[in-house]
Amino acid sequence: MTTAIEVNCSTGEVTERPLTAEELAANEAAQVQAEVDAKKAEVEAATKAEAKAALLSKLGITADEAALLLG
Amino acid sequence: MPVTYELISSNVLSSSAASVTFSAIPSTYTDLVLRYSGRMDAGANKILKIQVAGADTNLSYTRLVGDPSVPSVTSARGTGISWAGYTDGSTMTASSFSSGEIYIGNYASTSANKAFSAYGAAEQNATDARMMAVAGLYSSNSAISSITLLDISTANWVSGSSFYLYGIKNS
Repeated sequence: MTTAIEVNCSTGEVTERPLTAEELAANEAAQVQAEVDAKKAEVEAATKAEAKAALLSKLGITADEAALLLG
Repeated sequence: MPVTYELISSNVLSSSAASVTFSAIPSTYTDLVLRYSGRMDAGANKILKIQVAGADTNLSYTRLVGDPSVPSVTSARGTGISWAGYTDGSTMTASSFSSGEIYIGNYASTSANKAFSAYGAAEQNATDARMMAVAGLYSSNSAISSITLLDISTANWVSGSSFYLYGIKNS
């Protein structure tokens, strides 16, 4: 069972309760969104790397040489 | 440590939990500091988020991420949520716990938005470790009396994760 911990700073009481259906649903939705975001980031990074490699190839220089030019 | 830096409350988990909330935070301080050491029961480099009053509402943030798999620091912005750093996950080196801190200024104000900063580093004494620094904003005039720290998806804090809430007074 998934639980939530709450510390009441005024009384010092610590309570543990099961997550509500709404909280569980929100967590599952967040999980799906996180996976979508991660996939999107992966695709963007791969696309950028491919574009960079293609440009270096077109210019006929290495990444280190490009860094020297930009430095 | 100045005498104005006082422990308000703390909790060390004796069993796993999806979230840890500090509620009924007294409004007698100027700023709040939440420090933690934690680990999650799934994945690696788990992303944390902070909630105010049990919700993502009115939160926004800009993050900087240092990730050894990416050759530079990256940044991004989000609204309707606020990330708060990385923490270790279950596939990382056993018994390695992350560390992090959230600093909330002027949290008890009833007339201004509240800016906060956060950082969290997932470390495992191995090649893959990540760091996130966050500039966050709670766009509300409501005083902050409850904050929650949890994974952005479905992972749980493991037993032994510890949380300490401090209050700072300016006088």
